[in-house]
Amino acid sequence: MKNLLSSAPLPSASPVAEEEPLSQQSVREALRDAMAEEMRRDSRVFLMGEEVAHYQGAYKVSQGLLEEFGEKRVRDTPISEIGFSGIGVGAAFSGLRPIVEFMTFNFAMQAIDHIINSAAKSRYMSGGLLRCPIVFRGPNGVASRVGAQHSQCYASWYAHCPGLKVLAPYSSLDAKGLLKAAIRDDNPVVFLEHELLYGQQFPMERESSDDVILPMGKASVVRTGADVTLVAFSRMVGFCLQAAELLRKDSIDCEVIDLRSLRPLDSACLLQSLRKTNRMLVVEEGWGFAGIASEIAMQMNERGFDWLDAPVMRITAEDVPLPYASNLEELALPSVEKICRGAMELCNKGFSNARAGGSAS
Amino acid sequence: MGGGKASSRKASASSHKKSQRVKKVSAERAVFLFRRMLEIRRFEERAGQVYGMGEIGGFCHLYVGQEAVVVGVKDALEEQDSMITGYREHGHMLACGVSPKDVMSELTGRASGCSGGKGGSMHLFAPDAGFYGGHGIVGAQVPLGTGIALRHLYEETGGVCATFFGDGASNQGQVYEAFNIAALWHLPVLYIIENNRYGMGTSVQRAAAGTTQDGHRLWARGRAYGIPGEEVDGMDVLAVRSATLNALEHCRKRGPYILEMETYRYRGHSMSDPAKYRTKEEVQGMRERHDAIERQRSRLLQEGWASEDEIKTIESEVRDTMKAAAEFATTAALPCATALYEDVYADAAAAADGASNLAPCVAD
Repeated sequence: MKNLLSSAPLPSASPVAEEEPLSQQSVREALRDAMAEEMRRDSRVFLMGEEVAHYQGAYKVSQGLLEEFGEKRVRDTPISEIGFSGIGVGAAFSGLRPIVEFMTFNFAMQAIDHIINSAAKSRYMSGGLLRCPIVFRGPNGVASRVGAQHSQCYASWYAHCPGLKVLAPYSSLDAKGLLKAAIRDDNPVVFLEHELLYGQQFPMERESSDDVILPMGKASVVRTGADVTLVAFSRMVGFCLQAAELLRKDSIDCEVIDLRSLRPLDSACLLQSLRKTNRMLVVEEGWGFAGIASEIAMQMNERGFDWLDAPVMRITAEDVPLPYASNLEELALPSVEKICRGAMELCNKGFSNARAGGSAS
Repeated sequence: MGGGKASSRKASASSHKKSQRVKKVSAERAVFLFRRMLEIRRFEERAGQVYGMGEIGGFCHLYVGQEAVVVGVKDALEEQDSMITGYREHGHMLACGVSPKDVMSELTGRASGCSGGKGGSMHLFAPDAGFYGGHGIVGAQVPLGTGIALRHLYEETGGVCATFFGDGASNQGQVYEAFNIAALWHLPVLYIIENNRYGMGTSVQRAAAGTTQDGHRLWARGRAYGIPGEEVDGMDVLAVRSATLNALEHCRKRGPYILEMETYRYRGHSMSDPAKYRTKEEVQGMRERHDAIERQRSRLLQEGWASEDEIKTIESEVRDTMKAAAEFATTAALPCATALYEDVYADAAAAADGASNLAPCVAD
């Protein structure tokens, strides 16, 4: 087994092509492979959720798992989020290692009592007598034109709670390595995927990545730069990488950090980058109020104040329920252009890139 | 997925007379059941006193009056079986054989408490004895217990999870989500409704549609899912024990079953509740005519299972044990400051940075 927990350096999740073409894999397949590998390894691991078995997953993430593992270990549930989440937690208390799939995290609000009150707190409340090795996973954040009730980022909700670990990977390799780590972890883990990334292809490792276990609580510097640090998680990492390419033409050298883990948060990695660039812009697909970006800004304020040449900036969703109309939806969400404008402002430079259009205010 | 088809509705509808056929017990067993119930009663009375002294904080829900339920159920369970309940669980811990000192000193928030002082009255656990707590959100234990039953089925332990909840919890939606899944998957779960007639201050008839003063019939709600059940005299430990033995047989072979225990709590919902929503006569009547401990005491004497002197000895032993537990619990050491950040995660590294700022414990 190639356990990367203790060995440095960590594999980079950079989507930038290298000389030799690497094998590509979609996030969807990477997640499926992670579950299949862990289920082969440990008979206590099983998957439950709506449409995970016969339908092969509402987003086809569990494709093929029923065929390999059977109905005992790939369990279709009725549409009963609080019921099946509580059942998963009870199974975890008593020794199994469930993976509970939410069709989307919007529906997990029905079950949030069990995620927080039952899963996250029981170890503590019992003075360590109870354990709860469980993974709650599924797509989080916006999809495309599905309206307010199906388009919300819950990252800050879960990251708020001690007792939970919260992961939100971007690339296929990270999705696989972190999901495998989450399944092996003895704590309850909330694993936030993104519907709009499921089909995206990313290069995997040069050698077989069968047993890649990534450490939780470690951010990844996916692009190095000297002028400003762009921080993001999940789909927004892709936006930041695109923005960094555009900004290069304006002579702004961006460092991009993929948080990957929201709790524990890799503050050390952020501070190290801040020390170098002295400027930080945090991008969050969810609302800004009491969000992940706010938390990071505060931590930089508390622990990196002397290195800040400007206040930490946030680019987040607008403070409205997500609208349906395509133009309004676009206005409400962070975009590459908004990131570019923000970074220019932060670096006191006018923004002139033709593709993104306009100039900084 | 294992398990057979749930029995027909017709059979279940008539099955609520079963509890009247009381299974025989040995004299030794009968005395043990009496002692256990008495232990819980005296423990709770002590807890009430300790609360009055200001040594127990927050909420404290006493089980006085309901002792026969957990004692009868626990006696019917086998080693591989499990239990889970809500926040009125001091009695469940004692029924599992946990030391009264460990439980009482958890109520007083001491390091020696069964949860290291970090859980309190509502969060007591003894997983090694098959007891999974101790949960503070009304109804949440029902899916949790159903999940423990899933583990019994999954790992073929042959065990059943006895999942206790009250008449109040019976109106929570998640109870029925759990019923549905338990029935679909034939899970070995025994649902035990401790119907003590009041969900906090609201009588069952005012909270649960389809129930009446005379026949509560909360168990009948399982019919919609094909889950059989019955009413049991929850003020008779032998009736509880017999009904549980029968129900467990069903659970092990076929899946979920519901026992609705007709019981009564003599005290308020919690220590802060003067229970003005019911008459003194009602409470007095239950105590005088239906008290489970008195009933078992008379039975011991009638059947010649124990003499007056033997009973007196038990009473005095139990009183001394609980007195000692209360003394211990009010003098034991508080948790160290370092305990603040312990047990948040399985791995210490995941805990917040604050842990390192705490002073190490000073040995006393």
